[in-house]
Amino acid sequence: MTDQDDHFDGPRGDRASRKRTGIARRRVIGTPSPATRHLLGDDGAGDRPSAVTKPRELPADLPNPERAKRVERVVALCFTISVLASLAFVASYVIFPIHSIDKVLKSNLGLGLSMTVALLALGVGATIWVRHLMPQVELTEARKPLASPEQDRAAFRETFTEGAEASQFVKRPLVRRTLLAASVALGIAPLVLLRDLGPLPRKQLDYTAWKKGTRLVVFGSNNPITPAEFSTPGGIITVIPEGTAGDLEALAKAAVLIIKFRPEELLPPTVLNWTVDGIVAYSKICTHVGCPAALYEHTTHHILCPCHQSTFDAQRGAKVIFGPAPRALPQLPITIDAAGYLVAQSDFHEPVGPSFWELG
Amino acid sequence: MSNADKALSGVGGYLDDRFRAARPVRSFLKKIFPDHWSFLLGEIALYTFIILLLTGTFLSLFFKPSMTQIVYHGSYTKLNGVRMSEAYASTLGISFDVRGGLLMRQVHHWAAILFLAAIMAHMLRIFFTGAFRKPREINWIIGITLLSLGIIEGFVGYSLPDDLLSGTGLRILEGVLLSIPIIGTYVTFFIFGGQFPGQDIVPRMYVVHILLIPALILALVAAHLFFMFHQKHTQFSGKGHTDRNVVGSPMYPYFMAKTGAWFFFVFAATAGLSTFAQINPIWLFGPYNPAAISAGSQPDFYMGWLEGALRMMPAWQITAWGHTLSLSVFIPALLVFGALMTGLTLYPFLEQWVTGDKREHHVLDRPRNAPTRTAIGVGGVTFYGVLWLLGGNDLIARFFDIQLYWTNWFGRVIIIVGPIIAYFITKRVCLGLQRKDRELLEHGVETGIVLMRPQGEFVEVTRPVSEDSRAVLTTRNEVPQLTAAQTTDENGVPSPAGHGVMGRLRTRLNHVFAEEIPLSDGHGGNGHGGNGHPELPVGADDKRSEPSG
Repeated sequence: MTDQDDHFDGPRGDRASRKRTGIARRRVIGTPSPATRHLLGDDGAGDRPSAVTKPRELPADLPNPERAKRVERVVALCFTISVLASLAFVASYVIFPIHSIDKVLKSNLGLGLSMTVALLALGVGATIWVRHLMPQVELTEARKPLASPEQDRAAFRETFTEGAEASQFVKRPLVRRTLLAASVALGIAPLVLLRDLGPLPRKQLDYTAWKKGTRLVVFGSNNPITPAEFSTPGGIITVIPEGTAGDLEALAKAAVLIIKFRPEELLPPTVLNWTVDGIVAYSKICTHVGCPAALYEHTTHHILCPCHQSTFDAQRGAKVIFGPAPRALPQLPITIDAAGYLVAQSDFHEPVGPSFWELG
Repeated sequence: MSNADKALSGVGGYLDDRFRAARPVRSFLKKIFPDHWSFLLGEIALYTFIILLLTGTFLSLFFKPSMTQIVYHGSYTKLNGVRMSEAYASTLGISFDVRGGLLMRQVHHWAAILFLAAIMAHMLRIFFTGAFRKPREINWIIGITLLSLGIIEGFVGYSLPDDLLSGTGLRILEGVLLSIPIIGTYVTFFIFGGQFPGQDIVPRMYVVHILLIPALILALVAAHLFFMFHQKHTQFSGKGHTDRNVVGSPMYPYFMAKTGAWFFFVFAATAGLSTFAQINPIWLFGPYNPAAISAGSQPDFYMGWLEGALRMMPAWQITAWGHTLSLSVFIPALLVFGALMTGLTLYPFLEQWVTGDKREHHVLDRPRNAPTRTAIGVGGVTFYGVLWLLGGNDLIARFFDIQLYWTNWFGRVIIIVGPIIAYFITKRVCLGLQRKDRELLEHGVETGIVLMRPQGEFVEVTRPVSEDSRAVLTTRNEVPQLTAAQTTDENGVPSPAGHGVMGRLRTRLNHVFAEEIPLSDGHGGNGHGGNGHPELPVGADDKRSEPSG
């Protein structure tokens, strides 16, 4: 692309003038018009504004002054509405009380509505202004090629090479290499600071708060439960280890579902020795990504995780029958203690929750 | 001397004395911006980001990023006496005890959703019009980075209030992190400061949410705008629009006024949504408890595709040598995300490799004129769309009374087949539209007028397309054939590069990309009565079925 091409872009069509009225001349921005260039004897690079008879690039006025006057009033009306709405916003802030759900919703309506109107009126006013009050123009600006001219590149290369040579960076590999080594070492050193972000996992994911003899207490009420209190087949409740109600880390692994079956309904691979009177206990933590698998379908005995719909067969050891979970929900061995309450025989025999690298 | 002149020589003079700014600022004011509605999509993203900064700053004055458990006694009486984290309690406080607090929370949330929706729409516009081509590849990569950062930022913000939904989202994050091979367990313990949920995740996410990611986004947005400004905006084809000019209206006063108005419209839309459309009523969800959940839990829309990927993935898991590889989590959550973002990042370079097109492009393609790219794009949109739809498969199953499992199986099949079908349909549609364009050029626009000739013959009256439409219809960016230099070496011998597997692949793909309907079908008709149709002059009233500039 030559320098000339920057200034002229061929004849312009009449498209816009047919569509719009009051259109301005179209000319390459950043160059004087052919006429003025001729007058000034300019070399064509003249970007500077000239005091000599340079024609305007943007028209100052609309062709129809009466219409412009009407539009002006509409725009002013929009802006006035915005002023009033902003005042209404302040008024809403003062007038509407809060501190209860109903009052807050009314306050939200008052504040939100006035804010919306204030913003919308500004937008509408500004749009009418620019579309109907400013004379329409369509101008053309030349694009220069983005690549630098070759001589600029050559000059840059020269400067860069001179600098590199003056710095001795290329000539002295000892300096270069030790500097590189120093930067890498300096960059790696702070990484150790991240070590104390958390403890090492060790075997923490393998165990839960359940121990031999821990009572199963109902999630919510925290009361222990006897088989007699939970005797309706098809019943399901969430239980947690006694004393963990406020311990979210314990609950994140130890939440358990107990489901009541008629004893003959339970089929392998359910471990019957770990059940009491048809009551079977499964981890509630989905083996997919750890959501509580909380939905239960009585007729099919399916446990469904509401997050990603992994489905487990409670009748058959909570094995996976559908969805992305790769492992059965672990079964918690339960029995009853001397007082007749349901207790754990031990912890789970395998890790609960999502799979992880060390699971094995 | 007018007032304006006085102000200029006063304030302007003061500044220019110090910065020598008259010349650069003048050229800034005279900069030309082309007009098209689709250019406003990126502006929505920019303006919602500003809204996010404003409302987010307000919210940070009241939010307590703490997981310390307290017992709530506050305005929302239904939760009186309930144990919850300070984060959740302070979010209740913002909602019920700060005037305008609920409004600001809702504006913040709606703005976040619009932010990501606008980025996605903007990205599709860029893709389908080929605006990512040289010289804008770097700005495209910045855009993809911004999209990824936006998704992470949105997820982190959604997780801060520590309500039941946000805690469930974090639980899923824990499961996803645990699935990373070798280091997953360590990563999880380091991020959560121990076992899930721990005491650290909310304060850590808070600093990420209000400082780290916003600063990165701000810096990248600045670079994005600077490059756009420096390289000048692209334009659609039209009469007089070339790769060597920009046609439009100047920055000052036109673009400033238009974009200012658009800011207010975007803000008004966000405020209007926040007034009338409740979003994230955390008081209804209750505080997070890892043993509790509610059915129908849904993330924000921009996480839906990853949710869908998690849902439809088969339960694959490999256990060997004492280790477990949880493919059913790792693939959908991390590989799908990484694959989509990597694919998007690399696309401009792949297309350039296939077409061998190293020219600068400033006039946008009409999607039909780049049939293969458009078809790939629609295939990608289909892939994303199926994932996104499956993110709500439980709701779909309930609403349409379909078996839940069928939705999953449908998804598993259609995620593979759908994009392929979409590719071929789109390509055919594009080529069909090209044929229609050619017909318009050759036969002109139907006027709906039928003439009877003296001999009793009926003929349809057409008129040639207008000059403007002709410019739009005839602007095509031909895919260059790979030149001899690209497939042969300097001695004219077929080079190994053009010969090996990659070379053959490149040549074949080049043919696929070059497929198009020529503008002329060879019988020389150019719309000026060559086909026995009487014609009306240009500028006649009927404008229908012509493409707009």
